[in-house]
Amino acid sequence: MTMDQVEAVFREERGRLLAALARRFGDLDLAEEVAAEAIETALVRWPVDGVPPNPGGWLMTTARRKAVDRLRRDQVYAAKLAILQVDADRAEPTRPGGEFPDDRLELFFTCAHPALAPEDRGALTLRCLAGLSTPEVARAFLVPAATMAKRIVRAKAKIRDARIPFRVPSKDELPERLPGVLQVIYSVFTEGYAASSGPYLQRLDLAEEAIRLARILHGLLPAEREVAGLLALMLLVHARRDARTGPDGQVVLLEDQDRSRWDHDQITEGRALVVSALTGGPAGPYAVQAAIAAVHDEAPTFASTDWPQIVALYDVLSALDGSPVIALNRAAAIAFRDGPEAALTLLDSLSGEPRLRDYHPYALARADLLDRLERRTEAIAAYEQALTLAGSDPERVHIRARLTALKDI
Amino acid sequence: MKYLLLINAGELDLTGGAVGCEPEDWMRFDKEITEAGVVVASESLADLVTQTRVQVANDGQRTVTDGPFAETREVLGGFYVIDVPDLDVALDWAAKCPGSRAGGSVVVRPVAEFPGA
Repeated sequence: MTMDQVEAVFREERGRLLAALARRFGDLDLAEEVAAEAIETALVRWPVDGVPPNPGGWLMTTARRKAVDRLRRDQVYAAKLAILQVDADRAEPTRPGGEFPDDRLELFFTCAHPALAPEDRGALTLRCLAGLSTPEVARAFLVPAATMAKRIVRAKAKIRDARIPFRVPSKDELPERLPGVLQVIYSVFTEGYAASSGPYLQRLDLAEEAIRLARILHGLLPAEREVAGLLALMLLVHARRDARTGPDGQVVLLEDQDRSRWDHDQITEGRALVVSALTGGPAGPYAVQAAIAAVHDEAPTFASTDWPQIVALYDVLSALDGSPVIALNRAAAIAFRDGPEAALTLLDSLSGEPRLRDYHPYALARADLLDRLERRTEAIAAYEQALTLAGSDPERVHIRARLTALKDI
Repeated sequence: MKYLLLINAGELDLTGGAVGCEPEDWMRFDKEITEAGVVVASESLADLVTQTRVQVANDGQRTVTDGPFAETREVLGGFYVIDVPDLDVALDWAAKCPGSRAGGSVVVRPVAEFPGA
């Protein structure tokens, strides 16, 4: 095994290890420390002794021993340990082949617990389940490493001190709790899809982490159709990544993309998942959004896009989720079905929405419609507003180019 | 683990009761939570106008003032201290509490644990 392969094993195993330890000892900090120590020990021992037949089991045994040692030394924990140990031994099923149970689902629900600050949930999920280091998480959210370290410490302290449990919600709690977990994963993805600031339009590493997390979750909850829907949505959107930016990182709009550069394997995988997400009951919002992405991905050219179908899906989506962002996207689809005039009327009816006031895609969509209606002065004003609100550099370059073109007429 | 449930009343009606929750709702809740055997302590507080504040300055001078009367709409009306296994269970009790409805809220705060105590 090469060092790279060893590190890949650790990245995969770390989440499982952490989850099992956190559940057993009820302390994420302790779990992280002993998981890291076990991995360090493995890095020393394996090259000499060879990789054990069951690397995951070896890591778990080593980490657990280290945790017990540490707790024995620590008076504060001693009494707690006695209780936990009895509970854990009682609860722990023995597995064939010495495999330890997969407790990552518990950890997903803990990291996305509604009692944690929304901005901390994504950070904790990336840290604990995607195996990112604190500096990597800090880069992901574009905050200084020290700030992120403080946030993660704060979140872990709340889990420990308020005793947020490591448990999977019961069947009847799931409809209330699962959307929170999906929201965490999707927010990591959307930040990767359209960076809120910085030099790049897309941050593919983040989008890929989100897909990886959704794959793990889908493996753990295969019957939950919204998990399949979210994974499908991300695959079907991510499939266009190479065509979304030009050679200098500039924005390429859907209508101008070279569709041969889309990832057709990913589209195939996403389409199969959409079908299962839409089958067997009323569709959830992620499944419907995935269906919309699939309709786009299936069109060989922009001109052949099935706009009536897309508008119909947006009608379904609006009924499930009345958010103004969805109303905005629906209006953009209406523009292609019924023309810019109808869409502009819809957009103007949304002008009072507080969530859209500082949302640059709203200003940009308005600008684009005004431009197509040849209402030049108003289009310029709307583009200028979009420019002040846009986050990433390529988006600003794109808006400036549109402005220049308009002013040159 | 012990949690303090701070019950903040929302909108009050003319008799000082919370809008949309009847005394029977409170009695039903109190019976349920008491029978569950999780209550460590609980009180409901007298009307806000009876509140008095005491402060002692560095020189030992005592100041007593009428009030304070919160300007916000939420007013602390009572509390429970419950002993339950984890936060999720505490949140479930908070959600069942009539004080969490009709614009009111229940704030759940863990009680600090000191080693050896």
